[in-house]
Amino acid sequence: MMDLLRLSGVHTHIGRYHILQGIDLTVAQGQTTMLLGRNGAGKTTTLRTIMGLWQASKGEISLAGERIESRATPDIARLGVGYVPESMAVFSDLTVKENLVLAARDGPLDDSQLDWIFGFFPALRRFWLSRAGSLSGGQKQMLSIARAIVEPRKLLLIDEPTKGLAPAIVMALIECLKEIKRKGATILLVEQNFFAARELGDNVLVMDNGTIVHRGEMVALAADVPLQERLLGLSLEAHQ
Amino acid sequence: MTELAATDPLPKPKRDIAPILLPIALALVTIPLIGSPSTWLTLTAASLAMGMMIFIMASGLTLVFGLMDVLNFGHGAFIAVGAYVATLVLAPFAASMQADSLWVNLAVLAPAALLSMAVSGALGLVVERVLILPVYGQHLKQILMTTGGLIVAEQTLYALWGPQIIPTPLPTSLRGSFILGDVALAKYRVLAMLIGLAVFIAIQLVLNRTKLGLLIRAGVENREMVEALGYRIRRLFLGVFMTGSALAGLGGVMWALYREQVHASMSDDLTVLIFIVVIIGGLGSIGGCFIGAILVAMVANYGGFLVPKLALVSNILLMVAILMWRPRGLYAVTSR
Repeated sequence: MMDLLRLSGVHTHIGRYHILQGIDLTVAQGQTTMLLGRNGAGKTTTLRTIMGLWQASKGEISLAGERIESRATPDIARLGVGYVPESMAVFSDLTVKENLVLAARDGPLDDSQLDWIFGFFPALRRFWLSRAGSLSGGQKQMLSIARAIVEPRKLLLIDEPTKGLAPAIVMALIECLKEIKRKGATILLVEQNFFAARELGDNVLVMDNGTIVHRGEMVALAADVPLQERLLGLSLEAHQ
Repeated sequence: MTELAATDPLPKPKRDIAPILLPIALALVTIPLIGSPSTWLTLTAASLAMGMMIFIMASGLTLVFGLMDVLNFGHGAFIAVGAYVATLVLAPFAASMQADSLWVNLAVLAPAALLSMAVSGALGLVVERVLILPVYGQHLKQILMTTGGLIVAEQTLYALWGPQIIPTPLPTSLRGSFILGDVALAKYRVLAMLIGLAVFIAIQLVLNRTKLGLLIRAGVENREMVEALGYRIRRLFLGVFMTGSALAGLGGVMWALYREQVHASMSDDLTVLIFIVVIIGGLGSIGGCFIGAILVAMVANYGGFLVPKLALVSNILLMVAILMWRPRGLYAVTSR
Protein backbone atom coordinates (compact mmCIF):
# COMPACT_ATOMS: atom_id res chain seq x y z
CA MET A 1 0.00 0.00 0.00
CA MET A 2 1.31 3.43 -0.94
CA ASP A 3 2.63 5.69 1.84
CA LEU A 4 0.75 8.96 1.88
CA LEU A 5 2.82 10.57 4.63
CA ARG A 6 6.48 9.96 5.38
CA LEU A 7 8.68 11.46 8.09
CA SER A 8 12.42 10.80 7.96
CA GLY A 9 14.76 11.81 10.76
CA VAL A 10 12.54 14.67 11.92
CA HIS A 11 13.77 16.79 14.82
CA THR A 12 11.81 19.63 16.43
CA HIS A 13 13.07 22.12 18.97
CA ILE A 14 10.74 24.31 21.00
CA GLY A 15 12.85 27.00 22.55
CA ARG A 16 15.75 25.18 24.17
CA TYR A 17 13.87 21.92 24.44
CA HIS A 18 14.65 19.16 21.94
CA ILE A 19 11.23 17.50 21.65
CA LEU A 20 11.32 15.29 18.54
CA GLN A 21 14.61 13.46 18.29
CA GLY A 22 14.67 11.84 14.90
CA ILE A 23 11.17 10.61 14.04
CA ASP A 24 10.80 8.09 11.21
CA LEU A 25 7.27 7.10 10.36
CA THR A 26 4.97 6.35 7.49
CA VAL A 27 1.20 6.53 7.17
CA ALA A 28 -0.26 4.30 4.48
CA GLN A 29 -2.97 5.54 2.15
CA GLY A 30 -6.48 4.63 3.32
CA GLN A 31 -5.28 3.32 6.67
CA THR A 32 -5.69 4.57 10.22
CA THR A 33 -2.37 4.80 12.01
CA MET A 34 -2.47 5.23 15.75
CA LEU A 35 0.19 7.26 17.51
CA LEU A 36 0.37 6.18 21.12
CA GLY A 37 2.61 7.00 24.03
CA ARG A 38 2.79 8.46 27.49
CA ASN A 39 2.19 12.14 28.23
CA GLY A 40 5.09 14.23 27.04
CA ALA A 41 6.32 11.61 24.58
CA GLY A 42 6.01 14.05 21.66
CA LYS A 43 2.76 12.92 19.99
CA THR A 44 1.15 16.36 19.77
CA THR A 45 4.46 17.89 18.66
CA THR A 46 4.61 15.33 15.85
CA LEU A 47 1.19 16.38 14.55
CA ARG A 48 1.98 20.08 14.92
CA THR A 49 5.28 19.62 13.10
CA ILE A 50 3.56 17.83 10.21
CA MET A 51 1.03 20.67 10.10
CA GLY A 52 3.81 23.28 10.03
CA LEU A 53 2.66 24.87 13.28
CA TRP A 54 6.14 24.13 14.61
CA GLN A 55 9.01 24.02 12.17
CA ALA A 56 11.10 20.87 11.97
CA SER A 57 14.68 21.82 12.72
CA LYS A 58 15.98 18.82 10.76
CA GLY A 59 14.63 15.96 8.65
CA GLU A 60 12.18 15.48 5.81
CA ILE A 61 8.40 15.37 5.74
CA SER A 62 6.64 14.41 2.52
CA LEU A 63 2.96 14.20 1.64
CA ALA A 64 2.13 12.12 -1.42
CA GLY A 65 5.76 12.44 -2.46
CA GLU A 66 5.84 16.23 -2.07
CA ARG A 67 8.23 17.76 0.50
CA ILE A 68 6.32 19.92 2.99
CA GLU A 69 8.66 20.44 5.97
CA SER A 70 9.47 24.02 5.04
CA ARG A 71 6.00 24.99 3.87
CA ALA A 72 3.71 27.33 5.76
CA THR A 73 0.71 25.91 7.60
CA PRO A 74 -1.93 27.28 5.16
CA ASP A 75 -0.08 25.71 2.23
CA ILE A 76 0.04 22.34 3.99
CA ALA A 77 -3.68 22.59 4.75
CA ARG A 78 -4.35 23.41 1.09
CA LEU A 79 -2.54 20.23 0.06
CA GLY A 80 -5.43 18.40 1.71
CA VAL A 81 -4.47 17.97 5.36
CA GLY A 82 -7.24 18.36 7.94
CA TYR A 83 -6.24 19.02 11.54
CA VAL A 84 -8.25 18.42 14.71
CA PRO A 85 -6.20 19.79 17.61
CA GLU A 86 -6.31 18.47 21.15
CA SER A 87 -7.89 21.74 22.33
CA MET A 88 -10.59 21.37 19.62
CA ALA A 89 -10.07 25.08 18.84
CA VAL A 90 -13.60 25.74 17.67
CA PHE A 91 -14.26 29.43 17.10
CA SER A 92 -16.47 30.04 20.08
CA ASP A 93 -17.69 33.46 18.97
CA LEU A 94 -18.93 31.99 15.68
CA THR A 95 -21.99 29.79 15.19
CA VAL A 96 -21.75 26.10 14.29
CA LYS A 97 -22.70 27.04 10.73
CA GLU A 98 -20.06 29.78 10.54
CA ASN A 99 -17.38 27.39 11.82
CA LEU A 100 -18.21 24.98 9.01
CA VAL A 101 -18.53 27.72 6.38
CA LEU A 102 -14.96 28.74 7.20
CA ALA A 103 -13.76 25.17 7.01
CA ALA A 104 -15.28 24.77 3.54
CA ARG A 105 -12.45 26.58 1.81
CA ASP A 106 -13.29 25.74 -1.74
CA GLY A 107 -16.82 27.08 -1.91
CA PRO A 108 -20.26 26.79 -0.35
CA LEU A 109 -21.12 23.94 1.99
CA ASP A 110 -21.99 20.75 0.15
CA ASP A 111 -25.46 19.57 1.20
CA SER A 112 -24.78 15.86 0.75
CA GLN A 113 -21.57 16.10 2.76
CA LEU A 114 -23.47 17.98 5.48
CA ASP A 115 -26.18 15.33 5.55
CA TRP A 116 -23.49 12.69 5.95
CA ILE A 117 -21.97 14.64 8.86
CA PHE A 118 -25.37 15.26 10.47
CA GLY A 119 -25.98 11.52 10.23
CA PHE A 120 -23.54 10.86 13.05
CA PHE A 121 -23.44 14.35 14.57
CA PRO A 122 -27.16 15.27 14.82
CA ALA A 123 -26.37 17.79 17.54
CA LEU A 124 -24.68 19.97 14.96
CA ARG A 125 -27.88 20.23 12.94
CA ARG A 126 -29.83 20.97 16.09
CA PHE A 127 -27.49 23.75 17.20
CA TRP A 128 -26.71 24.98 13.69
CA LEU A 129 -27.20 28.64 14.55
CA SER A 130 -25.94 28.49 18.14
CA ARG A 131 -22.62 29.96 19.14
CA ALA A 132 -19.97 27.26 19.27
CA GLY A 133 -18.85 28.59 22.65
CA SER A 134 -22.14 27.47 24.17
CA LEU A 135 -21.76 23.81 23.11
CA SER A 136 -20.78 21.05 25.53
CA GLY A 137 -17.29 19.51 25.36
CA GLY A 138 -18.53 16.54 23.33
CA GLN A 139 -20.42 18.76 20.91
CA LYS A 140 -17.34 20.95 20.44
CA GLN A 141 -15.36 17.82 19.59
CA MET A 142 -18.02 16.85 17.04
CA LEU A 143 -17.76 20.30 15.50
CA SER A 144 -13.99 20.16 15.45
CA ILE A 145 -14.04 16.83 13.61
CA ALA A 146 -16.86 17.98 11.31
CA ARG A 147 -14.73 20.97 10.37
CA ALA A 148 -11.95 18.67 9.27
CA ILE A 149 -14.19 16.49 7.12
CA VAL A 150 -16.60 19.05 5.68
CA GLU A 151 -14.57 18.83 2.49
CA PRO A 152 -12.66 15.77 1.29
CA ARG A 153 -9.12 15.71 2.71
CA LYS A 154 -6.19 13.51 1.78
CA LEU A 155 -5.04 13.14 5.36
CA LEU A 156 -6.62 13.77 8.75
CA LEU A 157 -4.46 14.55 11.76
CA ILE A 158 -6.55 14.05 14.88
CA ASP A 159 -5.21 14.72 18.36
CA GLU A 160 -6.84 12.87 21.28
CA PRO A 161 -10.48 13.21 20.22
CA THR A 162 -11.81 11.21 23.17
CA LYS A 163 -9.99 13.17 25.84
CA GLY A 164 -12.26 14.25 28.67
CA LEU A 165 -15.45 12.93 27.07
CA ALA A 166 -18.12 10.80 28.72
CA PRO A 167 -17.95 7.06 27.85
CA ALA A 168 -21.18 7.16 25.82
CA ILE A 169 -19.84 10.01 23.73
CA VAL A 170 -16.52 8.19 23.29
CA MET A 171 -18.31 5.14 21.93
CA ALA A 172 -20.28 7.24 19.50
CA LEU A 173 -17.16 9.10 18.44
CA ILE A 174 -15.42 5.80 17.73
CA GLU A 175 -18.34 4.78 15.50
CA CYS A 176 -18.11 8.10 13.72
CA LEU A 177 -14.38 7.74 13.11
CA LYS A 178 -14.98 4.21 11.81
CA GLU A 179 -17.50 5.65 9.35
CA ILE A 180 -14.99 8.26 8.21
CA LYS A 181 -12.44 5.49 7.82
CA ARG A 182 -14.88 3.40 5.76
CA LYS A 183 -15.14 6.32 3.36
CA GLY A 184 -11.46 5.77 2.59
CA ALA A 185 -9.89 8.50 4.72
CA THR A 186 -6.26 8.29 5.73
CA ILE A 187 -5.91 9.14 9.40
CA LEU A 188 -3.02 9.70 11.79
CA LEU A 189 -4.68 9.58 15.18
CA VAL A 190 -3.11 10.40 18.53
CA GLU A 191 -4.96 8.61 21.28
CA GLN A 192 -4.42 7.83 24.98
CA ASN A 193 -7.50 5.65 25.18
CA PHE A 194 -6.18 2.20 24.26
CA PHE A 195 -9.66 0.77 23.80
CA ALA A 196 -10.41 3.44 21.18
CA ALA A 197 -7.02 2.84 19.60
CA ARG A 198 -7.69 -0.89 19.27
CA GLU A 199 -11.09 -0.26 17.74
CA LEU A 200 -9.83 2.17 15.15
CA GLY A 201 -6.22 1.43 14.35
CA ASP A 202 -4.85 -0.56 11.43
CA ASN A 203 -1.26 0.23 12.34
CA VAL A 204 0.32 1.54 15.49
CA LEU A 205 3.30 3.67 16.37
CA VAL A 206 4.40 4.07 19.97
CA MET A 207 6.46 7.09 20.99
CA ASP A 208 8.69 7.71 23.97
CA ASN A 209 11.05 10.61 24.62
CA GLY A 210 10.64 12.05 21.15
CA THR A 211 11.35 8.85 19.21
CA ILE A 212 9.32 5.98 17.79
CA VAL A 213 9.97 2.95 19.97
CA HIS A 214 7.54 0.52 18.38
CA ARG A 215 5.79 0.14 15.05
CA GLY A 216 3.55 -2.63 13.83
CA GLU A 217 -0.01 -3.75 13.34
CA MET A 218 -2.60 -2.73 15.91
CA VAL A 219 -3.98 -6.26 16.11
CA ALA A 220 -0.58 -7.57 17.17
CA LEU A 221 -0.14 -4.97 19.92
CA ALA A 222 -3.70 -5.49 21.15
CA ALA A 223 -2.98 -9.21 21.52
CA ASP A 224 0.35 -8.79 23.32
CA VAL A 225 -0.38 -7.71 26.89
CA PRO A 226 3.26 -7.78 28.11
CA LEU A 227 4.24 -5.56 25.18
CA GLN A 228 1.45 -3.12 26.00
CA GLU A 229 2.63 -2.95 29.60
CA ARG A 230 6.22 -2.44 28.55
CA LEU A 231 5.47 0.25 25.97
CA LEU A 232 2.58 2.08 27.50
CA GLY A 233 2.56 1.10 31.16
CA LEU A 234 -0.91 -0.36 30.78
CA SER A 235 -2.76 -3.27 29.35
CA LEU A 236 -6.01 -3.51 27.49
CA GLU A 237 -7.43 -5.71 30.24
CA ALA A 238 -6.76 -3.00 32.78
CA HIS A 239 -8.40 -0.50 30.47
CA GLN A 240 -11.66 -2.34 29.97
CA MET B 1 -24.46 4.34 12.13
CA THR B 2 -24.63 5.50 15.72
CA GLU B 3 -26.22 8.80 16.53
CA LEU B 4 -24.53 10.93 19.12
CA ALA B 5 -26.93 12.03 21.78
CA ALA B 6 -27.67 15.70 21.51
CA THR B 7 -28.11 15.78 25.29
CA ASP B 8 -30.13 18.55 26.84
CA PRO B 9 -31.14 21.61 24.90
CA LEU B 10 -28.64 24.40 25.09
CA PRO B 11 -29.48 27.34 27.27
CA LYS B 12 -30.33 30.32 25.13
CA PRO B 13 -27.15 32.30 24.60
CA LYS B 14 -27.15 35.21 26.99
CA ARG B 15 -26.85 38.57 25.32
CA ASP B 16 -24.37 40.57 27.33
CA ILE B 17 -26.16 43.89 27.41
CA ALA B 18 -24.54 45.34 30.54
CA PRO B 19 -21.88 47.23 28.51
CA ILE B 20 -24.59 48.64 26.20
CA LEU B 21 -26.51 49.91 29.21
CA LEU B 22 -23.44 51.63 30.63
CA PRO B 23 -23.44 54.78 28.45
CA ILE B 24 -27.23 54.98 28.74
CA ALA B 25 -26.98 54.80 32.54
CA LEU B 26 -24.17 57.36 32.55
CA ALA B 27 -26.25 59.74 30.44
CA LEU B 28 -29.30 59.32 32.69
CA VAL B 29 -27.31 59.75 35.90
CA THR B 30 -25.91 63.07 34.73
CA ILE B 31 -29.33 64.62 33.96
CA PRO B 32 -29.98 65.82 37.55
CA LEU B 33 -26.32 66.71 38.05
CA ILE B 34 -26.23 68.98 35.00
CA GLY B 35 -29.65 70.48 35.73
CA SER B 36 -30.52 72.16 32.47
CA PRO B 37 -32.00 69.69 29.95
CA SER B 38 -30.80 71.76 26.98
CA THR B 39 -27.22 71.80 28.32
CA TRP B 40 -27.44 68.06 28.93
CA LEU B 41 -28.66 67.44 25.38
CA THR B 42 -25.90 69.64 23.95
CA LEU B 43 -23.27 67.80 25.98
CA THR B 44 -24.73 64.42 25.01
CA ALA B 45 -24.71 65.32 21.32
CA ALA B 46 -21.12 66.55 21.66
CA SER B 47 -20.21 63.27 23.38
CA LEU B 48 -21.80 61.16 20.67
CA ALA B 49 -20.08 63.15 17.90
CA MET B 50 -16.70 63.01 19.62
CA GLY B 51 -17.24 59.34 20.42
CA MET B 52 -17.98 58.52 16.79
CA MET B 53 -14.81 60.25 15.62
CA ILE B 54 -12.72 58.43 18.20
CA PHE B 55 -14.41 55.16 17.21
CA ILE B 56 -13.52 55.68 13.54
CA MET B 57 -9.89 56.25 14.51
CA ALA B 58 -9.75 53.37 17.02
CA SER B 59 -11.67 50.67 15.12
CA GLY B 60 -8.72 49.65 12.96
CA LEU B 61 -6.35 49.59 15.91
CA THR B 62 -8.52 47.22 17.93
CA LEU B 63 -8.65 44.70 15.07
CA VAL B 64 -4.89 44.99 14.57
CA PHE B 65 -4.38 44.36 18.29
CA GLY B 66 -6.83 41.49 18.40
CA LEU B 67 -5.91 39.81 15.13
CA MET B 68 -2.12 39.80 15.28
CA ASP B 69 -1.27 40.97 18.78
CA VAL B 70 0.61 43.90 17.28
CA LEU B 71 1.20 46.96 19.45
CA ASN B 72 1.09 49.84 16.98
CA PHE B 73 2.08 52.97 18.88
CA GLY B 74 2.36 54.78 15.57
CA HIS B 75 -1.36 54.66 14.78
CA GLY B 76 -1.57 58.42 15.41
CA ALA B 77 0.63 59.05 12.36
CA PHE B 78 -2.19 57.91 10.08
CA ILE B 79 -4.51 60.41 11.75
CA ALA B 80 -2.12 63.33 11.25
CA VAL B 81 -1.22 62.29 7.70
CA GLY B 82 -4.92 61.99 6.83
CA ALA B 83 -5.58 65.49 8.15
CA TYR B 84 -2.63 67.03 6.30
CA VAL B 85 -3.44 65.31 3.03
CA ALA B 86 -6.98 66.68 3.25
CA THR B 87 -5.57 70.21 3.29
CA LEU B 88 -4.11 69.53 -0.17
CA VAL B 89 -7.68 69.47 -1.45
CA LEU B 90 -9.34 71.83 1.02
CA ALA B 91 -6.88 74.73 0.65
CA PRO B 92 -7.05 75.16 -3.15
CA PHE B 93 -10.84 74.88 -3.03
CA ALA B 94 -11.32 77.21 -0.08
CA ALA B 95 -13.76 79.31 -2.09
CA SER B 96 -15.97 76.28 -2.76
CA MET B 97 -15.84 75.42 0.94
CA GLN B 98 -17.25 78.85 1.72
CA ALA B 99 -20.01 78.55 -0.90
CA ASP B 100 -23.51 78.55 0.56
CA SER B 101 -24.42 75.19 -0.94
CA LEU B 102 -24.21 71.89 0.89
CA TRP B 103 -23.60 70.00 -2.35
CA VAL B 104 -20.73 72.26 -3.41
CA ASN B 105 -19.19 71.87 0.06
CA LEU B 106 -19.56 68.11 -0.05
CA ALA B 107 -18.09 68.02 -3.55
CA VAL B 108 -14.85 69.27 -1.97
CA LEU B 109 -15.07 67.39 1.34
CA ALA B 110 -15.73 63.97 -0.16
CA PRO B 111 -12.64 63.88 -2.44
CA ALA B 112 -10.54 65.29 0.42
CA ALA B 113 -11.69 62.48 2.70
CA LEU B 114 -11.21 59.82 0.02
CA LEU B 115 -7.70 61.05 -0.80
CA SER B 116 -6.81 61.06 2.90
CA MET B 117 -8.05 57.50 3.28
CA ALA B 118 -6.15 56.36 0.21
CA VAL B 119 -2.87 57.95 1.33
CA SER B 120 -3.23 56.74 4.95
CA GLY B 121 -4.09 53.26 3.71
CA ALA B 122 -1.06 53.23 1.42
CA LEU B 123 1.11 54.45 4.30
CA GLY B 124 -0.33 51.57 6.32
CA LEU B 125 0.92 49.15 3.66
CA VAL B 126 4.43 50.60 3.89
CA VAL B 127 4.44 50.62 7.71
CA GLU B 128 3.26 47.01 7.91
CA ARG B 129 5.81 45.75 5.39
CA VAL B 130 8.77 47.82 6.62
CA LEU B 131 8.28 48.33 10.35
CA ILE B 132 5.96 45.61 11.63
CA LEU B 133 6.68 42.54 9.49
CA PRO B 134 10.24 42.13 10.86
CA VAL B 135 9.06 42.31 14.49
CA TYR B 136 5.98 40.08 14.63
CA GLY B 137 5.65 38.49 18.05
CA GLN B 138 8.16 40.87 19.67
CA HIS B 139 6.21 43.44 21.64
CA LEU B 140 9.09 45.57 22.86
CA LYS B 141 10.49 45.92 19.35
CA GLN B 142 7.01 46.70 18.01
CA ILE B 143 6.69 49.55 20.49
CA LEU B 144 10.13 50.90 19.60
CA MET B 145 9.64 50.56 15.84
CA THR B 146 6.17 52.07 15.70
CA THR B 147 7.02 54.89 18.12
CA GLY B 148 10.04 55.63 15.96
CA GLY B 149 7.79 55.56 12.90
CA LEU B 150 5.43 58.06 14.56
CA ILE B 151 8.31 60.45 15.29
CA VAL B 152 9.58 60.18 11.70
CA ALA B 153 6.07 60.81 10.34
CA GLU B 154 5.57 63.89 12.55
CA GLN B 155 8.93 65.36 11.63
CA THR B 156 8.28 64.69 7.94
CA LEU B 157 4.99 66.59 8.22
CA TYR B 158 6.85 69.49 9.88
CA ALA B 159 9.45 69.43 7.11
CA LEU B 160 6.84 69.39 4.33
CA TRP B 161 4.20 71.76 5.73
CA GLY B 162 6.19 73.80 8.25
CA PRO B 163 5.62 74.16 11.98
CA GLN B 164 2.65 76.51 11.77
CA ILE B 165 -0.89 75.45 12.54
CA ILE B 166 -2.95 75.12 9.36
CA PRO B 167 -6.55 76.37 9.69
CA THR B 168 -9.26 74.08 8.34
CA PRO B 169 -12.47 76.09 8.66
CA LEU B 170 -15.75 74.24 8.48
CA PRO B 171 -17.63 74.66 5.21
CA THR B 172 -20.38 77.25 5.35
CA SER B 173 -23.25 74.79 5.16
CA LEU B 174 -21.95 72.82 8.15
CA ARG B 175 -21.53 75.84 10.40
CA GLY B 176 -24.19 76.70 12.93
CA SER B 177 -26.73 74.47 14.58
CA PHE B 178 -30.09 72.88 14.17
CA ILE B 179 -32.33 74.56 16.74
CA LEU B 180 -34.92 72.27 18.31
CA GLY B 181 -36.73 74.25 20.99
CA ASP B 182 -34.11 75.17 23.58
CA VAL B 183 -31.61 72.71 22.19
CA ALA B 184 -28.89 73.60 19.69
CA LEU B 185 -27.37 70.65 17.81
CA ALA B 186 -24.24 71.63 15.90
CA LYS B 187 -24.63 70.59 12.26
CA TYR B 188 -21.12 69.20 11.98
CA ARG B 189 -21.62 67.06 15.08
CA VAL B 190 -24.74 65.57 13.54
CA LEU B 191 -22.76 64.77 10.38
CA ALA B 192 -19.97 63.22 12.48
CA MET B 193 -22.52 61.05 14.29
CA LEU B 194 -24.03 59.89 11.00
CA ILE B 195 -20.63 59.05 9.48
CA GLY B 196 -19.52 57.24 12.64
CA LEU B 197 -22.73 55.25 12.72
CA ALA B 198 -22.38 54.40 9.03
CA VAL B 199 -18.80 53.18 9.58
CA PHE B 200 -19.92 51.09 12.57
CA ILE B 201 -22.77 49.50 10.61
CA ALA B 202 -20.49 48.86 7.62
CA ILE B 203 -17.87 47.17 9.80
CA GLN B 204 -20.53 45.08 11.54
CA LEU B 205 -22.00 44.01 8.21
CA VAL B 206 -18.59 42.97 6.90
CA LEU B 207 -17.70 41.14 10.12
CA ASN B 208 -21.02 39.32 10.43
CA ARG B 209 -22.29 38.85 6.88
CA THR B 210 -19.20 38.03 4.83
CA LYS B 211 -16.68 35.21 4.80
CA LEU B 212 -13.91 37.80 5.08
CA GLY B 213 -15.55 39.06 8.25
CA LEU B 214 -15.84 35.52 9.61
CA LEU B 215 -12.14 35.05 8.96
CA ILE B 216 -11.28 38.25 10.80
CA ARG B 217 -13.43 37.28 13.79
CA ALA B 218 -12.02 33.76 13.81
CA GLY B 219 -8.48 35.11 13.45
CA VAL B 220 -8.91 37.42 16.42
CA GLU B 221 -9.94 34.39 18.48
CA ASN B 222 -7.45 31.78 17.24
CA ARG B 223 -5.19 32.75 14.35
CA GLU B 224 -3.32 29.43 14.45
CA MET B 225 -6.49 27.47 13.72
CA VAL B 226 -7.40 29.83 10.89
CA GLU B 227 -4.04 29.03 9.32
CA ALA B 228 -4.60 25.32 9.90
CA LEU B 229 -7.81 25.66 7.88
CA GLY B 230 -5.73 26.91 4.97
CA TYR B 231 -6.06 30.69 5.15
CA ARG B 232 -3.05 33.01 5.00
CA ILE B 233 -3.62 35.21 8.01
CA ARG B 234 -0.72 37.55 7.21
CA ARG B 235 -2.50 38.71 4.05
CA LEU B 236 -5.70 39.11 5.99
CA PHE B 237 -3.85 41.13 8.58
CA LEU B 238 -2.30 43.37 5.94
CA GLY B 239 -5.78 44.12 4.58
CA VAL B 240 -7.10 44.88 8.06
CA PHE B 241 -4.05 47.02 8.83
CA MET B 242 -4.51 49.08 5.66
CA THR B 243 -8.25 49.49 6.28
CA GLY B 244 -7.56 50.53 9.87
CA SER B 245 -4.99 53.06 8.64
CA ALA B 246 -7.44 54.43 6.08
CA LEU B 247 -10.13 54.79 8.75
CA ALA B 248 -7.62 56.59 10.98
CA GLY B 249 -7.00 58.95 8.05
CA LEU B 250 -10.76 59.56 7.74
CA GLY B 251 -10.91 60.21 11.49
CA GLY B 252 -8.01 62.66 11.09
CA VAL B 253 -9.94 64.68 8.49
CA MET B 254 -13.04 64.72 10.66
CA TRP B 255 -11.08 65.73 13.74
CA ALA B 256 -9.27 68.49 11.81
CA LEU B 257 -12.62 69.95 10.73
CA TYR B 258 -13.99 69.54 14.27
CA ARG B 259 -11.06 71.50 15.71
CA GLU B 260 -10.76 73.64 12.57
CA GLN B 261 -7.00 73.25 12.56
CA VAL B 262 -4.22 70.82 11.67
CA HIS B 263 -0.79 70.43 13.22
CA ALA B 264 1.75 67.64 13.10
CA SER B 265 1.38 66.57 16.73
CA MET B 266 -2.44 66.67 16.67
CA SER B 267 -2.59 62.93 17.22
CA ASP B 268 -0.58 62.89 20.47
CA ASP B 269 -3.53 63.45 22.79
CA LEU B 270 -5.83 61.41 20.57
CA THR B 271 -3.52 58.40 20.69
CA VAL B 272 -3.93 58.20 24.47
CA LEU B 273 -7.72 58.34 24.11
CA ILE B 274 -7.67 55.72 21.36
CA PHE B 275 -5.61 53.30 23.41
CA ILE B 276 -7.93 53.79 26.38
CA VAL B 277 -10.91 53.03 24.10
CA VAL B 278 -9.28 49.89 22.69
CA ILE B 279 -8.38 48.60 26.17
CA ILE B 280 -11.79 49.45 27.66
CA GLY B 281 -13.65 47.84 24.76
CA GLY B 282 -11.64 44.60 24.83
CA LEU B 283 -8.90 43.87 22.30
CA GLY B 284 -10.37 42.99 18.94
CA SER B 285 -13.97 43.85 19.79
CA ILE B 286 -15.61 46.36 17.44
CA GLY B 287 -18.74 46.53 19.60
CA GLY B 288 -16.62 47.13 22.70
CA CYS B 289 -14.63 49.77 20.83
CA PHE B 290 -17.86 51.54 19.83
CA ILE B 291 -19.21 51.62 23.39
CA GLY B 292 -15.78 52.47 24.81
CA ALA B 293 -15.46 55.46 22.47
CA ILE B 294 -18.86 56.80 23.51
CA LEU B 295 -18.02 56.29 27.19
CA VAL B 296 -14.68 58.07 26.86
CA ALA B 297 -16.31 61.00 25.08
CA MET B 298 -19.14 61.18 27.64
CA VAL B 299 -16.74 61.17 30.56
CA ALA B 300 -14.66 63.89 28.87
CA ASN B 301 -17.70 66.09 28.14
CA TYR B 302 -19.83 65.53 31.24
CA GLY B 303 -16.72 65.44 33.46
CA GLY B 304 -15.33 68.61 31.90
CA PHE B 305 -18.64 70.40 32.56
CA LEU B 306 -19.28 69.09 36.08
CA VAL B 307 -15.78 68.79 37.54
CA PRO B 308 -13.35 70.61 35.23
CA LYS B 309 -10.37 69.82 37.48
CA LEU B 310 -10.97 66.11 36.99
CA ALA B 311 -11.05 66.37 33.19
CA LEU B 312 -7.38 65.47 32.81
CA VAL B 313 -7.64 62.19 34.68
CA SER B 314 -11.29 61.30 34.10
CA ASN B 315 -10.59 58.84 31.30
CA ILE B 316 -7.84 57.11 33.23
CA LEU B 317 -10.29 56.72 36.13
CA LEU B 318 -12.87 55.34 33.70
CA MET B 319 -10.36 52.79 32.40
CA VAL B 320 -9.41 51.73 35.94
CA ALA B 321 -13.07 51.33 36.91
CA ILE B 322 -13.92 49.27 33.82
CA LEU B 323 -10.88 47.03 34.12
CA MET B 324 -11.69 46.39 37.78
CA TRP B 325 -15.17 45.32 36.65
CA ARG B 326 -14.04 43.43 33.53
CA PRO B 327 -10.27 42.90 33.45
CA ARG B 328 -10.24 42.02 29.74
CA GLY B 329 -12.46 44.91 28.70
CA LEU B 330 -16.19 45.27 28.07
CA TYR B 331 -16.28 42.45 25.51
CA ALA B 332 -13.41 39.98 25.86
CA VAL B 333 -12.85 38.51 22.40
CA THR B 334 -9.29 37.29 22.80
CA SER B 335 -7.78 35.51 25.77
CA ARG B 336 -5.10 38.18 26.07
